[in-house]
Amino acid sequence: MADEALFLLLHNEMVSGVYKSAEQGEVENGRCITKLENMGFRVGQGLIERFTKDTARFKDELDIMKFICKDFWTTVFKKQIDNLRTNHQGIYVLQDNKFRLLTQMSAGKQYLEHASKYLAFTCGLIRGGLSNLGIKSIVTAEVSSMPAYPDTGLHPKTPRSQPELKPRVRCSTNCATQVLR
Amino acid sequence: MGTMLRLRHNKDLFVLTYGALVAQLCKDYEKDEDVNKYLDKMGYGIGTRLVEDFLARSCVRRCHSYSEITDIIAQVAFKMYLGITPSVTCNNSSRTEFSLILDKNPLVEFVEELPAGRSSLCYCNLLCGIIRGALEMVHLAADVTFLQDRLKGDRVTEIGITFLRKLDEKKYRRKK
Repeated sequence: MADEALFLLLHNEMVSGVYKSAEQGEVENGRCITKLENMGFRVGQGLIERFTKDTARFKDELDIMKFICKDFWTTVFKKQIDNLRTNHQGIYVLQDNKFRLLTQMSAGKQYLEHASKYLAFTCGLIRGGLSNLGIKSIVTAEVSSMPAYPDTGLHPKTPRSQPELKPRVRCSTNCATQVLR
Repeated sequence: MGTMLRLRHNKDLFVLTYGALVAQLCKDYEKDEDVNKYLDKMGYGIGTRLVEDFLARSCVRRCHSYSEITDIIAQVAFKMYLGITPSVTCNNSSRTEFSLILDKNPLVEFVEELPAGRSSLCYCNLLCGIIRGALEMVHLAADVTFLQDRLKGDRVTEIGITFLRKLDEKKYRRKK
């Protein structure tokens, strides 16, 4: 979809812009990540507000997390979360096997260290969305790379597939109580 | 209903993200001109890449005049990415200066008014940079600025495109 392209490009420019205009020490002390996360937070709040105007009340925290994984993720990233795990004590791990904001990047190992810059906004997005639904949370993300697909041998000239980036968004909620009235 | 809702919300994502960006820039830069410049530069970066996406999605044929190009920007590109079709006017007899009049502007959907003390802020300056960057990738140099801005109290929002001397005259001969 056309507007997805626009958002992807804007997001990329925002990330590089924040780092380019970073002042002394801001990269090291995490100020850049914080800026991106805060912007995502604002957007997440706004999105959830628009989104849930017409939806039914959520039953419980898990219901909310499922909403994030399905409807919310589909709206923002055109696909659902591939895997949701929880310990039923406030920790949720959302796994996206083809995270849209990273698919454009080369998947070489040297880029993994930069992947966190491209995850900050999304972490904020989730945290902001949850916040407006009454859930206080800490959202972190990590990326692990998958081994390359094995060479089938049928087309020896075909280059090996790039390793996949599998960002895992770990979402730990520390206030499961007062949320749902 | 599900798809329509999602389409609308996806545009919201861009609009809200843009709003968060402008808000952050207002925190980082005291002077309006600095925010405007930053937005223009950012837009330029986006435009140079967006044009590839645009050419891949649309079937525009080679243009032979600046007015054709401006029409395509208004009727195809704006429609494709922002869902609006600004009207086009030509402002000079040599047909190098044009205006895009935006009656509706989705970028400002959630903006009631400019923040206090920010009267010179060109909230949508990203658009100027995008147009400028995109044109440059197809070998056209242009000045793109806001001539009128509803957020500043004008009746309409008007983007002015002034095509400058281009490098390769032969390919893009103007229609008289």
